[in-house]
Amino acid sequence: MSFKRVVITGMGALTPIGNDVSTYWKNLVAGVSGAAPITRFDAEKFRTKFACEVKGLDINDYIPRQEARKMDPFTQYAVIASDEAMKDAGFGEGTIDLDKAGVIWGSGIGGLKTFEDEVLNFAANNMSPRFNPFFIPKMIADSASGVVSIRHGFRGPTFITVSACASATNALIDAYNYIRLGMMNVCISGGSEAAVTCAGVGGFNALKALSERNDSPETASRPYDKDRDGFVLGEGGAAIILEEYEHAKARGAKIYAEMVGAGMSSDAYHITAPHPEGLGAYNVIKNVVESAGINPEQIDYINTHGTSTPLGDPQELKAIEQYFGAHAPKINISSTKSMTGHLLGGAGAIEAAACIMAIQDQIVPPTINHFTADPSINPELNLTFNKAQKRQVNYALSNTFGFGGHNASVIFKKLES
Amino acid sequence: MSAIAERVKQIIVEKLGVEESEVTQEANFQNDLGADSLDTVELIMEFEKEFNLSIPDDQAENIGTVGQAVAYLEENVK
Repeated sequence: MSFKRVVITGMGALTPIGNDVSTYWKNLVAGVSGAAPITRFDAEKFRTKFACEVKGLDINDYIPRQEARKMDPFTQYAVIASDEAMKDAGFGEGTIDLDKAGVIWGSGIGGLKTFEDEVLNFAANNMSPRFNPFFIPKMIADSASGVVSIRHGFRGPTFITVSACASATNALIDAYNYIRLGMMNVCISGGSEAAVTCAGVGGFNALKALSERNDSPETASRPYDKDRDGFVLGEGGAAIILEEYEHAKARGAKIYAEMVGAGMSSDAYHITAPHPEGLGAYNVIKNVVESAGINPEQIDYINTHGTSTPLGDPQELKAIEQYFGAHAPKINISSTKSMTGHLLGGAGAIEAAACIMAIQDQIVPPTINHFTADPSINPELNLTFNKAQKRQVNYALSNTFGFGGHNASVIFKKLES
Repeated sequence: MSAIAERVKQIIVEKLGVEESEVTQEANFQNDLGADSLDTVELIMEFEKEFNLSIPDDQAENIGTVGQAVAYLEENVK
């Protein structure tokens, strides 16, 4: 049997630097940082007191209050991004067979805030069990896909993928494969996270994973800089509408790009540290390029995992150099986490959106906050420091790596007209 | 309207997002006010919290309308 082709026909984004795709993309290209002091809770006693929060959002502008209060913020973000993507895709009345439409979403944690609130409430009430009946349905990670499927009446496959910071990429890969196999025609995919909470920040602080540059939040996320000191926690998400190519063509849909590659690998090494030789990163890049059936030399842009941690950043670059060889310096590489912070399970979604927009506009968003070169990083690599670069982008690759050693990558291609 | 009835009405308006005028004595939480079974459980919990009492499950099952809630609370709130 031959596989079906899969294209992107709609996008929605809710990010620390923009609450819709066009604002997000404009700020990515302009190099705007989304980091600022934490407002979600009193972070005074925390080692890290800043994060990349979603800003200026009144949930009730998007979701009626009575519905919103039954959703954890990560689900609210999923709903808002999905609504934008569905509107963008412009499905006319009766153009979707709802039984062949799915929702495959990614979230690394799920309803952390809900869990925290309920347990704190339990402790504050003398440990007498008076849990809210909405506690479990709000907290469980699959609630985002459930709520979105109910909202749009999609009755095909709906579930959540969980692979820490690779979650949304795994969601895109599953959606891609089910459409290729003919099991769905349309899928709302992507991912969201809302972990800027006491437990989220405290937990990552305990791992010594977060930047503690409290005197300068906006320069704290500095992937590939010599003085990087950890990642900046972000929140939000993005929705990507994947659609079978003939289905999209038949309804005259606007097509952003084609999804042509999906790769996965595991480090099988350590629960949080990356493999010292970047083995998992190398394998996932090799797998994704091979799955696309292209030559490595055809890759124009890599949106890296690049979280701004001392260990992770150079290993990914080593894997890129090792795999691409002489082509590596010709690739534009950037970590947009320098602007958005790290959205964990939502990262793969907003970064896929960045790759798709890079193809659309033929411009590569920068890695901002580059001040001092890291001597362990090959200066010949083009890390797109500080300023966006115009260039031909036919193929864009997005890498995501998650705690647990999960690696997932995807490739998008400019569709020839 | 009693003070208890007024507080019950406010809780229902707040939790179910309905208009005050809809919250009549006869209004049934599920049939008239758009609540599902989980909303009803949450309402009972809110009454317990607001009036600082515990409503046993077998009693809670009999509270389906605004009037039934007010009657139960007027009888049991000390």
